Amino acid sequence: MVGSDDVDLNRRDLMVGAGACAALPALPGAAMAQPESGERTVELQISLKVNGQSHTLNVDTRTSLLDLLRENLHLTGTKKGCDHGQCGACTVIVDGRRINSCLTLAVMHEGGEITTIEGLGQPDNLHPMQEAFIKHDGYQCGYCTPGQICSSVAMLEEIKAGIPSHVTADLLAPVHLTESELRERMSGNICRCGAYSNIVEAITEVAERQG
Amino acid sequence: MKAFTYERVSSPAQAAAAIARHPGAKFIAGGTNLLDLMKLQIETPAHLVDINSLKLDRIEPTPEGGLRIGALMRNTDLAADERIRRDYGVLSRALLAGASGQLRNRATTAGNLLQRTRCPYFYDTSQPCNKREPGSGCSALDGVSRQLGIIGVSEACIATHPSDMAVAMRVLDATVETVDAGGATRAIPIAEFHRLPGDTPHIETVLEPGELITAVTLPPPVGGKQIYRKVRDRASYAFALISVAAIVQQDGTGRVALGGVAHKPWRIEAADAELSRGAKAAAEALLAGAKPTPDNAFKRPLVERTLAAVLTEARA
Repeated sequence: MVGSDDVDLNRRDLMVGAGACAALPALPGAAMAQPESGERTVELQISLKVNGQSHTLNVDTRTSLLDLLRENLHLTGTKKGCDHGQCGACTVIVDGRRINSCLTLAVMHEGGEITTIEGLGQPDNLHPMQEAFIKHDGYQCGYCTPGQICSSVAMLEEIKAGIPSHVTADLLAPVHLTESELRERMSGNICRCGAYSNIVEAITEVAERQG
Repeated sequence: MKAFTYERVSSPAQAAAAIARHPGAKFIAGGTNLLDLMKLQIETPAHLVDINSLKLDRIEPTPEGGLRIGALMRNTDLAADERIRRDYGVLSRALLAGASGQLRNRATTAGNLLQRTRCPYFYDTSQPCNKREPGSGCSALDGVSRQLGIIGVSEACIATHPSDMAVAMRVLDATVETVDAGGATRAIPIAEFHRLPGDTPHIETVLEPGELITAVTLPPPVGGKQIYRKVRDRASYAFALISVAAIVQQDGTGRVALGGVAHKPWRIEAADAELSRGAKAAAEALLAGAKPTPDNAFKRPLVERTLAAVLTEARA
């Protein structure tokens, strides 16, 4: 079990300008308001699986899945860009689907299975998409890269599942991976460095290898 | 973000009871809009009722030959459903024109209908906004209003409804099914679901407090060429400046609705009757009485030209 981090709790308390915020004992599935006046925290216990490893921990109900990954579990590969679902840097794969981890609460993922960039591959055992991003220089500063890679891996699964896109010409025909399909489907991942053409090359190579 | 208590419920009855117990509580499903607004303290619910386990996430045929779409069906799954792609193409197209792949994987059918405006002054908590703070005034009237509404607007608010999906639902004559805290159900025609701003722009739909959307029902398929054309500042992942949802039959008759121009999906049945006479006639009927600002007066010709392109595509 990974417990909540005292340093993180103190920092969060400071950020909301609160005094001492005693945490309530965790109640399964429900939480009661702190009866004290002023800013309060409400904590809940949740269990979820991240990169195959089970975790049970107490979190402030306000904690986004992104903050849980970074601040509580110290999986800092997932990045916080805009924190409003506009940039895609926080993209992770939850129960098989790519989502913005900044726009979902940790407590909404009881029993969930989350895959982050750390779960896709490690430095000595890279995921094919990570290898392709390196080979094609699919980044400059690298900040958006974990989100780009998680997004692209799940995006190729969406194509395999036959999910159409805005640029799919015929809604009733099988989907073919073209550059315009790829660019449309990856539009939720912004790269401020503008490495898009190399990102497209990297994803295309992996897609073609997968057949 | 303001602190809040949270609970998960597993039936509509539990959901209704939970909301009734906590004044000011909100339902949360996908959360992609609500959490964004909570971070900015534009929404400050003291309690969240998580309805993701209600099992309202499938499509079933109706006895009338239509489809009943569960409120929690994700946008991705709704757009990809074979029946929707085949018989209600305008709905698939509208969904796929909205947001990003990541957001469509979370966003739900009911949540999409309940999206709040993207008016910049609604988001800017340092500025007056009658929608965010009733009675404080409308900053958009004399502000930057390029994105904002041109018809059905009021002196209190010129915000637009941001949804693409809802525009397709409007042209398809969908019905919104709900259940209230007492267990009573009702079916609301989509035309009556969203309100015009009037002098109460903070009240956006006819839902009563605590009333829960359970499904959106589509009538039997009407065939025709089904087209959704969205005009925006970027090729992808941007809100509409204007959009056109149209169903055009072989004889040139049909129906049309607009997005990006009003506080609700905009459809005037009299404009449907003009459709066979061409884009100019239909656009004039749709936008009769429009009150654009100097910033967004371009939307009027843009509607006519986009509609002309749609009608050309339909005849091709």
